[in-house]
Amino acid sequence: MIKARINHIDVEVPEGTSILDAARQVQVKIPVLCKHKDLHATAACGICIVRNKGGNRLIRACCTPLENNMEITTHDREIVEVRRSTLELILSNHPQACLNCGRNGECELQTLAADFNIPQESIKRYVKDVAPDTSTGSIILEFEKCIKCGRCIQVCQEMQNVWALSFLDRGINTRMAPAGDITLAESPCVKCGQCSAHCPTGAIVENDETPEVWKALHDPDRICVVQIAPSVRVTVGEAFGLPPGTNLTKKLYAVLRRLGFRAVFDTNFSADVTIVEEASEFIERFVNKRGSLPLITSCCPSWTDHMEKRHYDFIDNFSTAKSPQQMLGVLAKTYYAQKLGFDPAKMFVVSIMPCTAKKYELSRTEEMYASGYKDIDVALTTRELARMIKQSGVDFLNLPDGAPDSILGDYSGAGTIFGATGGVMEAAVRTAHFYATGKKLEKVEVEAVRGLQGVKEGTLNIGGTQVRVAVAHGLANVEEVLERVRTARRTGTETPYHFIEVMACPGGCIGGGGQPYGVDNERRRLRIAGLYQDDRDCAVRHSHENPEVLRVYDDFLGKPLGARAHELLHTRYTARPLYKR
Amino acid sequence: MKTLTRQELEDFAANPPANPPEWIRVQLDTGGIAAGAEAVHAALAHEREERKLLFSLQRAGSIGYSFADPVIEVQAPGMPRIHYGHVTPELVGQVIEDHLRDRRLIDDHVIATRQRAVTLDGPVTHLLVRDTGPETGSKTEFFQFSFTEELKRRGLAERVQVVRALDIGVYEEGAVIQLLPSGVTYANVLAPDVARIVAESIEGGRVIDDLLWKTPDRQVRIVLRNCGDVDPDSLDDYLRRASGYQGLRRALFESNPEQVIAELKASGLRGRGGAGFPTWMKWQLTRAQPAPQRYVICNGDEGDPGAFMDRSVLESDPHSVLEGMMIAAYAMGASKGYFYIRAEYPKAVERIERAIRQAREQGLLGKNILGSTFSFEAKVRLGAGAFVCGEETALIASIEGRRGSPSPRPPYPSVRGLWGMPTAINNVETLACVPAILTRGGAWFAGFGTETSKGTKVFAVTGKVRNAQLVEVPMGTTLREIIYEVCGGVLDGREIKAVQTGGPSGGVIPVQHLDTRVSYESLQQLGSIMGSGGMLVMDKTDSMVEVAKFYLKFCVDESCGKCAPCRIGGYQLLQILDRISRGRGSAGDLALIQRICQAMQRASLCGLGQTAPNPVLSTLRYFGEEYQAFIEGGPSYARKVSRGSASPAKAPERTGTTPPVNPTPSNR
Repeated sequence: MIKARINHIDVEVPEGTSILDAARQVQVKIPVLCKHKDLHATAACGICIVRNKGGNRLIRACCTPLENNMEITTHDREIVEVRRSTLELILSNHPQACLNCGRNGECELQTLAADFNIPQESIKRYVKDVAPDTSTGSIILEFEKCIKCGRCIQVCQEMQNVWALSFLDRGINTRMAPAGDITLAESPCVKCGQCSAHCPTGAIVENDETPEVWKALHDPDRICVVQIAPSVRVTVGEAFGLPPGTNLTKKLYAVLRRLGFRAVFDTNFSADVTIVEEASEFIERFVNKRGSLPLITSCCPSWTDHMEKRHYDFIDNFSTAKSPQQMLGVLAKTYYAQKLGFDPAKMFVVSIMPCTAKKYELSRTEEMYASGYKDIDVALTTRELARMIKQSGVDFLNLPDGAPDSILGDYSGAGTIFGATGGVMEAAVRTAHFYATGKKLEKVEVEAVRGLQGVKEGTLNIGGTQVRVAVAHGLANVEEVLERVRTARRTGTETPYHFIEVMACPGGCIGGGGQPYGVDNERRRLRIAGLYQDDRDCAVRHSHENPEVLRVYDDFLGKPLGARAHELLHTRYTARPLYKR
Repeated sequence: MKTLTRQELEDFAANPPANPPEWIRVQLDTGGIAAGAEAVHAALAHEREERKLLFSLQRAGSIGYSFADPVIEVQAPGMPRIHYGHVTPELVGQVIEDHLRDRRLIDDHVIATRQRAVTLDGPVTHLLVRDTGPETGSKTEFFQFSFTEELKRRGLAERVQVVRALDIGVYEEGAVIQLLPSGVTYANVLAPDVARIVAESIEGGRVIDDLLWKTPDRQVRIVLRNCGDVDPDSLDDYLRRASGYQGLRRALFESNPEQVIAELKASGLRGRGGAGFPTWMKWQLTRAQPAPQRYVICNGDEGDPGAFMDRSVLESDPHSVLEGMMIAAYAMGASKGYFYIRAEYPKAVERIERAIRQAREQGLLGKNILGSTFSFEAKVRLGAGAFVCGEETALIASIEGRRGSPSPRPPYPSVRGLWGMPTAINNVETLACVPAILTRGGAWFAGFGTETSKGTKVFAVTGKVRNAQLVEVPMGTTLREIIYEVCGGVLDGREIKAVQTGGPSGGVIPVQHLDTRVSYESLQQLGSIMGSGGMLVMDKTDSMVEVAKFYLKFCVDESCGKCAPCRIGGYQLLQILDRISRGRGSAGDLALIQRICQAMQRASLCGLGQTAPNPVLSTLRYFGEEYQAFIEGGPSYARKVSRGSASPAKAPERTGTTPPVNPTPSNR
């Protein structure tokens, strides 16, 4: 343990703890712009400087480990002056179009500037005029607003191993941009949006499609319906000041109706459909030995995109089942439309997703038009929904509880845990066990696949057969799992895994790139706990027991993996070039 | 190829080989080559072939006389070694016929030796003459004529040749003559002295004490000991004529690593890259770190405007640097080394690569060097031209193939450096000192210099100086001695205004501090730094605001852009300076400059940003009135200054104890 003093307060922390973290323990807040809890310190902003007694230099609290007998001063006249000047310099290189910015009110730079109370601009502003990159339709790069903290680049390169973003040029011309100075759409970007979730300013934001949704809602000829993704229910409250993990499912049903949606569905329902298909696929491959093992989940569009670009030797291993978002879309424009006599051409299906890549998924392949129309018209992120609610004038938190539509709305506990890393695996195992053995698991919680460890492995007993599974989240963690499979392929040994779940974002969808700002592992844990609680609260905890799912199969789809299911609920994958240029 | 043995190396030390009696050496460093030295070499080779002559034609690096490039050195039997400057291919015939055949020196090309004797050994054969008075050179021909006539009168004209020197090494001391072969130098020679000198010194063989120039040469060549002397392309030359690899031999067979570090500690050698960290401590820290692998890196990313010390050493004496690296590696237990050299130095790269190849062929690199347990390999990595890659962590990032931007320290490279292993990074000049320290001892090295700054330092003196050149002087030599005694003072006899040291990280030192003894500490006290050794002389016509702008612009261009204070601060500072120099500054600008400088100094991550404000702050400190004049004078005044029709405001005389115009916190 390290013993030292910060602002004359004794502090004792484990070796290697940064001054910044040590100060937090004694309720001292050192202002910082570039350091994010998820990421290692890059020491870029220069705001977190502190003084160590006897040292001539000011040192950065973010990257300097506390040492024994240090006597740290975090605030004195010179330190505060230097911080203020540095902040003013940063502001002089920032457009300060706060009122027109997607991050207005939620911007770390804006907050810091407000804290410092900078009354006037003493340094002439210099912002280079660069057009934003809107090429992906998912994520927008507003280069002018970038403060070069480097978080997005660290996220893209280290957390996600995608390497789409990098720093180009140097000096005052330094800019964050797709590596090679191409457009983001031409880059290896998988649209996961983790860059936007970690950006301290409005330099990387989701493509805001709320105006389009408002337009449809206000159009009397459109029949607007909506679905809510599993994770959104436990995160949206954060945008309204509630603690992470607060489950607002019923409030969401209510508010969406107030917004003007004719029907409110729950993606948890289609998650259950996905599991029925995917578990059937697994049984087909594992028990009936038809198809490649391991089976790899495909409901994360960023992961799918990443696989098609970098790991296309695993195409045959991918589950062909569509993601819950797409399944619900196609069922809405076919089954639901038929049932209620709606013209699918007039339907406008909106999905509320934790994710920026879901915007990309809407038009990923032609199978996304299986209904004959674009199955989902617009995918909104949690952040966009929060904005819409605020614009609507509805007192969201005090609404009476609502209910989903009775069709495509009911869900099992297995559907809701899709939002957490390991959730898809756990849901699939619950159903696969039943399909294989005809019996339900004694204990439905599959602890081996829970938690925030980057790669989780387990061996599950399904009817006396050992099923080896792996769960990876955060794309950088995928490599070691796939590498093990590849090694086994090369050496002709038995595959190390039968079933692999991958989610692009750390923590799974609850940590998605479209979720409310300020994510860190503490929040991820709370959000996940919210989902597991929802699971426990469900009477039905197996996807294949969801009565509405059973009814849809009886009424419309036929058998899992059957002809109609195949036509509407499955997709294909192709190898794609890493760089489209 | 046969590898070198320890015994052979010992034999070289015991029996240095005799040089051939007749040779011509062409100084082929980048400066020389740019001035035409290759053509001179080719012409000499051609003549040698055509005339079937036997003199040995040799290649060498540079002695440092940049002002006289191309430079050759000629040895004829029975004559002292003579340097010629401004040599052209057309002059080659004369060198062969006059010098080698007739033993006659060539007017206006001889550079006099700095070795000033006080006794005449044997008869005078040549008399060099140069007028260094206020109208430099104007009376040189008069004195040549006078001496020639006097010698004729006494019948000595056949025996003694009177030669006009290109440079005589003593400046602003009237007419100066040097008697060869001894090197006895007389200064402030007047017309009546001509007869006296001929009678007493040439005929009588006596030294005339009242004319004798006794001031010894200020230069001590330790780093540059072989520069201009050995063939940089020949390991054999280095081994036989320059005690090459004797330092390594002593390290390997006469000491252990701890003793080598102790020797370095005794020498007091501090890093010559500018920061002045004790070299022995760097090695010790790296050695103390347990690791399966350690690295030593030679930092050859010299990039300060006007600095060319490292380039010259790498080009002129590459084996010394390699030997220094090997000794460092042995001391700290490293088995791999990298030379990080900027790609703009192709000659340096070529020569160090050849040196490595030669050393490998001779078994001086590889496994069990000279039969010892020490194994070492060296490689060259090229820098792509970013100044910031001279910063240790950025340099490491660059070698590893990453974007060259600094990372936070700690961890220091000595703990976690290249590829995560303990790494010591030493400057070229630092490493070049090491073999000399090992062969001659730490105490000998520490005999030069001041209390805290030991040994010598190489400076590249440029700007408004008469003789732009490389200078190596003991620490503690004053700026005035360097500029006036070694480099001949200010160009065209103008008045000096200030000296800039330390490049873009340094500051200006005004004329009232010219008698400051150079050391790491003294320069820092004046608001500048030692830096790697660039020294730019400025005269009264130079605008200090422009000087500050020039250096700041360099740092703004070279900022890696990683941290906000440097990236934005530098740019904004430059905008303000530009505004002021166009006469569009405002009263509040000086305070704003101070504030931005403070942010850069205190909050920048690496040395580049922390020191980039130094040229601005030091000009503001000593020449604040020039800034004021621009602000008050407005655009019309600014235009006049830029046209040269108004001189930048004159600095009032201030002594060292006067508080600076704008006190600023030191960043060190």
